[in-house]
Amino acid sequence: MQVSVENITKTYGFQKAVDAISFKVNAGEIVGFLGPNGAGKTTTMKIITCFMAPNEGDVKVGGISVLTDAEEVKKHIGYLPETNPLYKDMPVIDYLKFVAEIQGVPRERIRERIIEMVQICGLRSEKYKKISELSKGFQQRVGLAQAMIHDPEVLILDEPTSGLDPNQIVEIRELIKKIGREKTVLLSSHILAEVEATCDRIMIISEGKLVADGTAATLRKQAQNKEIVKVTIEDGERNQIYKALQDIDTVELVDLLPEYTQAFEVQSKADASSRRAIFKICVEKGWTLTEMTPVERKLEEVFRDLTITN
Amino acid sequence: MNKIWIITKRELRSFFDSLMAYVMVVLFLGFSGFFTWIFGSDIFLVNQASLQSFFGIAFWTLFFFIPAVTMGLLADERRSGTIELLVTKPVSDWQIIIGKFLAAFLLICISLALTLPYYFTVASIGKIDHGAVWMGYLGLLFMSASYISIGLFASSITNNQIVAFLTALFIGIFFHLIFGLVGSSSGGWFAGILNYLSISTHYESMARGVIDSKDVLYFLSIIFLGLIGAELTLTKRNLSN
Repeated sequence: MQVSVENITKTYGFQKAVDAISFKVNAGEIVGFLGPNGAGKTTTMKIITCFMAPNEGDVKVGGISVLTDAEEVKKHIGYLPETNPLYKDMPVIDYLKFVAEIQGVPRERIRERIIEMVQICGLRSEKYKKISELSKGFQQRVGLAQAMIHDPEVLILDEPTSGLDPNQIVEIRELIKKIGREKTVLLSSHILAEVEATCDRIMIISEGKLVADGTAATLRKQAQNKEIVKVTIEDGERNQIYKALQDIDTVELVDLLPEYTQAFEVQSKADASSRRAIFKICVEKGWTLTEMTPVERKLEEVFRDLTITN
Repeated sequence: MNKIWIITKRELRSFFDSLMAYVMVVLFLGFSGFFTWIFGSDIFLVNQASLQSFFGIAFWTLFFFIPAVTMGLLADERRSGTIELLVTKPVSDWQIIIGKFLAAFLLICISLALTLPYYFTVASIGKIDHGAVWMGYLGLLFMSASYISIGLFASSITNNQIVAFLTALFIGIFFHLIFGLVGSSSGGWFAGILNYLSISTHYESMARGVIDSKDVLYFLSIIFLGLIGAELTLTKRNLSN
């Protein structure tokens, strides 16, 4: 089921929390929503889940508009809000039963769905406890369980792994990936590594605007269209090598790496590659090329570049 | 309908889980029982086989207890954020409001049902006007429903249960007392309006055993206004402008 966000704007007072954002998320796709605090991630999610209506624009879930038929839309969405609100005085099982009923899960399937969720989210040992007695991590699992209990077509998860231990994070990531094969998943996170590990596509949002949209690799490329390689060349004199590298046509800049004696960072001109030329030079001069690795910019740097504004 | 009942069921359970229901029932029965049978102008002093004294007491105890029952219904959901969870489920705002209203109303029904032994006792002692008793109960139910709806509205406008409680009492006291007092001390058409707005005018006529469509219409209007107010405050979050 496709989620299609069409030009939505939401203002709180004078401040634009979301400013004319449009994007599409297709079935079988896991999209990560990144952005600094207050960028508008949660607001966008709240609009998709019909908690708030946008001031302008529309969101269509499977072709159904949130403005005209919110109740139909809500049937297909599983939502884990950022603060993970839960009825704390209810036991886990009763709470899941309540959510299943209100989501319209057929009576005869409720038991089966609860058992499945308890198993998937690792709640077996805690299922009869009151939610208020659970630790934060377990409460987060209950939040995930309630979001998925009706087997929704669209899953909106606002920081799903916050408060979980590393093992659980890995489990939940695997779970999200599995679900994402058939379903539409939109998740937000502060942890870049997590988004990179889980998501097929990343969207970066800053000050209510979408500033980047693509796979982790495209985002890196977008932010850096020049090739950088780290090379280590032995059996030659350092200054000579330096000079030879700089004389290659496609090379823009050569950096000496101070911590290694024979290593250099070679930056090529835009849209050009110098790797073949470097190899040829080494052959000509009889040097030994012992290392040549492309230097990837970290996603963190891309993120900082895109979201820090003056 | 089904969705409303699911919400009502959960609310009712939470009343019982949080001891609210037990405290409510015990206090209500304690107060009304004490003043009906033991103290003040009780049944033995009046020396008539009627439940007039009980209806007089219940009129006041319910006025104070109902805001305590309703104060958490929406305010607590707003404070803890669970309202976000509830409204993103496939239920309409109306279903949420009606569900919560019914939960509080059923709790009051349970409390009132537990006073039925008073009726059976008095009926076995003397010749009781059965019609008047049932009308009295009906009056109490109408009055309770009105205060629940006011309480629900008060609970919808704040995150704080105490504020919700006091707001409900504040709005309630006008209908319960002030309109009647001012109405009886002034004259002319103004007094007529105030007297009409006073809940006691309508409640007393029902407690005497008279049912009038005017009274029913009056209670239904208050209930409706309260519920609409609560629904509007809940819906306000997603108005486009």
